[in-house]
Amino acid sequence: MTTLPLHLTVNGEVYDAFVSENATLLTLLRDVLGLTGTKEGCGAGECGACTVIMNGLPLNSCMVLALECEGAEIRTIESEYQNGQLSNLQQAFIEHNAFQCGFCTPGMIMSARALLEANPNPSRDDIKEAMEGNLCRCTGYDSIIAAIESVGVSAP
Amino acid sequence: MSEYHADSQEFRYIGKPVKRNDGPEKVTGTAVYAGDIVLSGMLHARLLTSPYAHARILSIDTLAAEALPGVRAVITGEHGSVKVGIYMQDKSVIATDTVRYQGEIVAAVAADTVEIAREAVSLIKVEYEPLEVLNDVREAVKPDALLLHPHLGTYAHSVGVFFPEPGSNIANHTRIRRGNMEEGFKQADLILENTFEQNQVLHVPLETHVTLVQWGVDDQIKIWSSGQSPFSVRDLFSIAFEIPRANIEVNIPFVGGGFGGKAGIHLEPLVALLSKAAGGRPVKLTPTREEECQTLPCRQGQVARIKTGCTKDGRIVAEQVEILWDAGAYADYGVNIGRASATSACGPYHIPNICVDAKTVYTNHLYGTAYRGFGHPEVFFAVERQRDLMAKELGMDPTEFRLKNLLYPGDETITGELITENTGSPDTCLKRAIELVGADVAYTEAEKAQMAASGKLRGKAAAVLQKAPAMPTWSASSALVQMNEDGSVRISVSGVDYGQGTYTILRQIAAERLKMPIEDVYINKSVITPLSPYDWQTVASRMTSICGMAVMEACDDLIKQIREIGGVALRASHHEVEFDNGEVYVRQNPHYRIAFGKIAMGYVYENGNAIGGPLIGRGKAIAQGLSNLDEHTGQGKAALDWTYGAHAVEIEVELATGDIEVLQMATVIDAGRVMNEQLLHGQIVGGALQGLGCTFSEVLLHDDQGRLLTRNFTDYKIPTFKDMPRTVYTDVVETPQLDGPYGARGAGEHPLISVTATVANALANATGVEFHDLPLSAWRVWTKLQEQKQQEQQQQESQE
Repeated sequence: MTTLPLHLTVNGEVYDAFVSENATLLTLLRDVLGLTGTKEGCGAGECGACTVIMNGLPLNSCMVLALECEGAEIRTIESEYQNGQLSNLQQAFIEHNAFQCGFCTPGMIMSARALLEANPNPSRDDIKEAMEGNLCRCTGYDSIIAAIESVGVSAP
Repeated sequence: MSEYHADSQEFRYIGKPVKRNDGPEKVTGTAVYAGDIVLSGMLHARLLTSPYAHARILSIDTLAAEALPGVRAVITGEHGSVKVGIYMQDKSVIATDTVRYQGEIVAAVAADTVEIAREAVSLIKVEYEPLEVLNDVREAVKPDALLLHPHLGTYAHSVGVFFPEPGSNIANHTRIRRGNMEEGFKQADLILENTFEQNQVLHVPLETHVTLVQWGVDDQIKIWSSGQSPFSVRDLFSIAFEIPRANIEVNIPFVGGGFGGKAGIHLEPLVALLSKAAGGRPVKLTPTREEECQTLPCRQGQVARIKTGCTKDGRIVAEQVEILWDAGAYADYGVNIGRASATSACGPYHIPNICVDAKTVYTNHLYGTAYRGFGHPEVFFAVERQRDLMAKELGMDPTEFRLKNLLYPGDETITGELITENTGSPDTCLKRAIELVGADVAYTEAEKAQMAASGKLRGKAAAVLQKAPAMPTWSASSALVQMNEDGSVRISVSGVDYGQGTYTILRQIAAERLKMPIEDVYINKSVITPLSPYDWQTVASRMTSICGMAVMEACDDLIKQIREIGGVALRASHHEVEFDNGEVYVRQNPHYRIAFGKIAMGYVYENGNAIGGPLIGRGKAIAQGLSNLDEHTGQGKAALDWTYGAHAVEIEVELATGDIEVLQMATVIDAGRVMNEQLLHGQIVGGALQGLGCTFSEVLLHDDQGRLLTRNFTDYKIPTFKDMPRTVYTDVVETPQLDGPYGARGAGEHPLISVTATVANALANATGVEFHDLPLSAWRVWTKLQEQKQQEQQQQESQE
């Protein structure tokens, strides 16, 4: 398999890597860069477990070829924990018991982050609409909505 | 050690809002799952699976695959013919001469990269001779049906617990007999018989069954697995390969969901054989989602026929139940689902005359295994639909009918267990659930008119549920509570917390028992069999109850040592020693205290003399008092505890599309004692939505050749954010369980049970459409509504 050079920024750090033509962004993150917080649930863009933010937009990293990310700015779950501090979303997920097995959680938090950046005060319906592509088999979603709502600007 | 301020309430930590302790690693993505582990020299595995549901393997040519550079091992049934299993050893690691379901593993490759392994798989040539396919459990149970396991009589199984019928496709037949059926039905004024059907469904853990194994020198086996049952994996592996238990190290890191599908043993033997064939290099297999759907096991399908006899005043006098379980190709774990379903086959009702036959039947479908609720979500669809249909026939309110027939103290279950004041209260759960959604409040004429005008009909209904842990009579847990140098403690258990919150509840129990700050109570978050104390399996909602009791006993053992060493240090007898807040003191002199840290590793006097040594509490618990069920009557002690509950719903059916929205849903569980409200709420809401998935969309479909059509998330839909009920209520009843820790009993599986029946009953109340099968998808509901409309038109025309 031919490998080609790739230059991109992940979580604020610049990377130069050689990746094979058919490698996905998910493979690049997990297997090349060692950022294993991002998970693969289906490999087909159906479950959202591998959600990362690329140039400000959330996407399924299993559906993007690594070479499409030339020059891109990627943010993964690892970007949420800064200077030894959990982000507001991470704290809210713990506070509201918004995860059980935790496998969907990194993708959930990244989708929620992208939503809050686009809409700092989302309604329940906004959250359901934005998060529909992220599957969780454990929680029943209720607690995840509560966690995201609590981070919204109008939250008490 | 952090400060602890005594609470004026009865408990310090039981029932208190303690946060789960796996939060920081899970929200940061730093929690390590099996798939995140990389070992030096690690190879990657891919599978070749059968395209046929039933075929003879005529030949396998692996030469081209083996010749591909980077391929380190190729194995087939020739290497993997050993049978591995828990209850009925009917499945070999790799199919040998016959494949019995589409998706069954035929060969496996280990290679330097996933890509090479995948390419090698494509080079393996298999010649099959397709065979007749058993595609329907009702066909498979016929006396002249093709035999899928002609050697059934030779399979090792738990004798006296399961009853295979060699010469048929019945892997187990559990019978329950009470009273006299002829007399019973004679007393009945009304007899109603119905058949209810449910296809197989999938567990859908977000993390597939990832498995990493190294078969090292001198048969030292190291396994890392996304599994629920570290010691069962060790035990069953040891039996199959005749390798000592102590040689087998099973590591369970964080697990991305299980729901029963990761109980028992799965891919560990296969990956071990690949590692052995590759000269002992570690091999990782990460099943794709498609493999998770079509190769790893599912929940069994069910056809249940129920015949119920009732008096005019609504008393059930006799009930006959025949359950055919579609086990699929193998019934290793499945036989126990049949047995569990038999013990619960009539629900929590008092019925004097009973005849139950639960048969676990082989077909050429994907094979079934344990699934959250273990036979009960399926049985209760049948039972709780039947109750509503019977009430309708009687012209009686279904709740009144249920309340009249439920089990009350003094009654006996169908296996002859006495119900006491402490067994639990299904009636209270039912009434509370109904109250929460106003299910007993009839719609006003104005509301009905509004519904008719909008084309959206509403309906309400309620149903009860029950389940006891379904497990061997000897299933046991153990726990260690070791003191650290600073006087804090760490708990070790081998129950796996894949999100239920088990570890948090066990910490609460230990902190309560040891009267010490919960911040100083730690628990090991991964299980490693050579280091962790034995536990049978993480299944059956048994962790809080059985493992909880083991932790309590370990704490009591530690307390004994604290008093003993503390007493020496304080120059007092052990019975004079008290402890609190991580300190020991003499009861009559509470002002002079010695911190646990001073005695944790031994107490040292000023002159250097030392006594004691590291403090370690050990505890154990077993399912006390269970008995095997009589082969002919099914009588015996089947249940360690019964957890009862109820659901009530209000739904809205859009007539133009058949689409159903759940407007309100209430779930009430008699948990004995609420250990942690937030965690219990999480179990209930998550379980109930999983139940709604089984109600509306989740179903495995096969084509006429038995090939699975629903192999991915496009074709198999689990609920999303948009499928939540509009309003969810959860509540609990607390009837203390006498042998549960602080009165608690299990509640992890129960919220899923009876959801399907409750919604189907509400659909019938809303529209008059009676479903005897699932799912209640929009197109199926719409189709039935059209049929109903046509029938009404025809009736009208014939009247005119």
